[in-house]
Amino acid sequence: MAEKTVTVPLAQLTPEMASLQERFGDAIQPAEYEGIVVANDRLLEVAKAIRDDLGYDYLSSVTGVDYYEKGYFEVVYHAFSIARGGGPLVFKARTPRGVAEIPSVVSIWGSAELQEREAYDMFGIRFAGHPDLRRILMWEGFEGYPLRKDWKEAYFEQDHKPFDSRWPNGYHVPAEERVQLHDNLTFNPEGFNVETFTPEAETLLYGGLTAVPGNGNGQGLHTDSIIINMGPQHPSTHGVFRLAVRLNGETVEDLKPVMGYLHRNHEKIGERNTYIQNMPFTDRLDYMCSMANNFGYAITVEKLMGIKPPERAEYIRIIMAELTRVMNHLAFCGFLTNEMGAFFTPWIYAFEERELILDLFEMASGSRMMCNYFRFGGVLRDLPEGFMEMLRYLVYERLQQKTDEIEQLITDNEIVRSRSIGVAVLSREAAISLGAAGPVLRASGVAYDVRKAEPYGIYDRFDFDVVTRRHGDVYDRYLVRIGEIRQSIRILKQAIEQMPVGEIQAGKKLYQVRVPAGQAYGRVEAPKGELGFYVVSDGSPNPYRYHVRATSFINLGTLATMARGGKVADAVIGLGSIDTTMGEVDR
Amino acid sequence: MTSHEQTPVPDELKNNVEVTTFAKLLSPLFSGIYNWGRTRSMWPMGFGLACCAIEMMVSQSARFDLSRFGMELMRPSPRQADLMIVAGTVTKKMLPQVVRLYNQMPEPKYVISMGACATSGGPFKEGYNVVSGVDKFIPVDVYVPGCPPRPEALLYGILQLYEKLDGQKISTSPWYSNKEFPEIPVPLLGPDLIDLRSVSNDTPQPETATVPPTNQT
Repeated sequence: MAEKTVTVPLAQLTPEMASLQERFGDAIQPAEYEGIVVANDRLLEVAKAIRDDLGYDYLSSVTGVDYYEKGYFEVVYHAFSIARGGGPLVFKARTPRGVAEIPSVVSIWGSAELQEREAYDMFGIRFAGHPDLRRILMWEGFEGYPLRKDWKEAYFEQDHKPFDSRWPNGYHVPAEERVQLHDNLTFNPEGFNVETFTPEAETLLYGGLTAVPGNGNGQGLHTDSIIINMGPQHPSTHGVFRLAVRLNGETVEDLKPVMGYLHRNHEKIGERNTYIQNMPFTDRLDYMCSMANNFGYAITVEKLMGIKPPERAEYIRIIMAELTRVMNHLAFCGFLTNEMGAFFTPWIYAFEERELILDLFEMASGSRMMCNYFRFGGVLRDLPEGFMEMLRYLVYERLQQKTDEIEQLITDNEIVRSRSIGVAVLSREAAISLGAAGPVLRASGVAYDVRKAEPYGIYDRFDFDVVTRRHGDVYDRYLVRIGEIRQSIRILKQAIEQMPVGEIQAGKKLYQVRVPAGQAYGRVEAPKGELGFYVVSDGSPNPYRYHVRATSFINLGTLATMARGGKVADAVIGLGSIDTTMGEVDR
Repeated sequence: MTSHEQTPVPDELKNNVEVTTFAKLLSPLFSGIYNWGRTRSMWPMGFGLACCAIEMMVSQSARFDLSRFGMELMRPSPRQADLMIVAGTVTKKMLPQVVRLYNQMPEPKYVISMGACATSGGPFKEGYNVVSGVDKFIPVDVYVPGCPPRPEALLYGILQLYEKLDGQKISTSPWYSNKEFPEIPVPLLGPDLIDLRSVSNDTPQPETATVPPTNQT
């Protein structure tokens, strides 16, 4: 739109970016708002320099943005430095909509593999040199690329919410008449004949499972490997998730996660919603810990708006986030032992505490699971009467005791130890390269916690340790989580003591927030790891691009590395030790 | 007696025939026994799709204790289950599996649609990969509203299902008739989700239509 063109400020180059520009010349240009744009033909070279020379060894987020009116796709990379901590180095690559091809950076950061596949699935951007470029969330053969701005789905009403009145002349217009493309189940395009139609076979998926050459049992006996599918309806997969495994006997030769069975179009819906309308949707990302998701989205939009919540709200946020962590990790212990064969008994112990924490959430927000409690610049409402007493009882007496009890039951348990020590090992280098986050990363000996590395909220005021273990096996991942529960209780105690009285919302409560044009990447240390939100605003009431860097999704990329060479039963425990939630994986 | 021919009942045996129709009088009693047994050993399938699955699991935990109502444990296999609790968003990618699992359950089988998503698509209704209501494909007995419903709500839904079961009669209930229970055609994943029932209505097809190959094993 020519008449709406506004001059967008180009990003200020940091010294690091300037050094890159000096070295690569014209291949580096400052981007709008933040970061640099790298020329496609030198992207790999620049990326290598960013990783090796500047030390940004952790590629956190890769995502596409469709600038429909300007006629190009942009792929945005956020790279962080594990050793130094601090903010991201943002670099971008552009490709015209007609061409839509960008070199893949998988050879440099393994964590790009799943994310580039997602960008291909959602935008149709081809990544040259990607080892396994298939659709990931939608199925093979699905027509169209949903996150392109010109792609319209069934039930499409209008581009942006809030929609026009459903009672335009005083009477109600039913949904069937409002929507343009009608029901989403009456699929009957021209020239489509179900008789001659053959669905895409999954040869690509199965063909991608590499067989170990010269397999056998080492005694000259040739054995064949077989491919089996676990899921999507399988008791050990934590929801609707599928594993395609190539097995030689009981040994896993290769494994590929198949996801998308819970793909709920979070991002497409999020780009139509107004900013505040997205808040309840973030609850349903990682439904085990909705408060942590609220936190991530709230601080991202606050970054764009440039506001800060008042003191009391900050403390309430910390309390909620840490309670979420305790609850999630306790539930994790239950699920993990469930995977090991202790069918649901430890799980019932863990959920006893979870219920009490959910009671607190219900007191504060009105809902057990889907709290929808955070607001931009504050929280929804102040803590009710009786909340602090209950919280004190939990933090000072009950949780500590219960953690000890669970540890007593599990930590020295003979079966747990023999099933988990040395199982599903992830080395330090692999963990960083594959973009593992949270307890999975820390169990591999990397002391990286967003709360310490790039403190958000008021985490810089609290005294706590980053729990780290060295072996990178299932047992260490469990111990890291137990340690984190104890650290969370420490933080909670400090927060309770320092808790001030006062306002809980900066400014007025608004139904419609005004978000200036810009781009922001906000991240929090959710219980499962780094949860990032990338929001592009064009100044309108709706986000132009809304992307979630989902922890579970990227952590799943480590599963194949963990499981290769192990037994198939250990692959299940490996999956359990990553602690995934399918709502977050598929979004 | 090897003859299977239909012969008219001789007059002197009419009395005996009257005695056998006495079974009709017993029918309510049998129905009652059947229904009583069914409501006290309803085994649900552990079939979690999304957020509601967590609340479904919580309803088994100590505070809510689902096993008070004859649901000792969730069965991982559809072959052993009587009740399917569709807990969560049904996506198009998952729907063929949902329908297949329903087909694999032995009769009598019941379905509870738990939560807004399974009932109507819920907050995700406008999504391109979301089926707006599982009842478009499989018959649902009880809808439990909520996002997600509290465990108490699920328990109430289950009790409502029991109430419905108590009204079942052996003579009228479809489960106990000789007719084979029809399978629901499993939808295909093509350029979009293809409901075979709606496609076959629009284009006349030959009687010998073969079932198209499916892409899942």
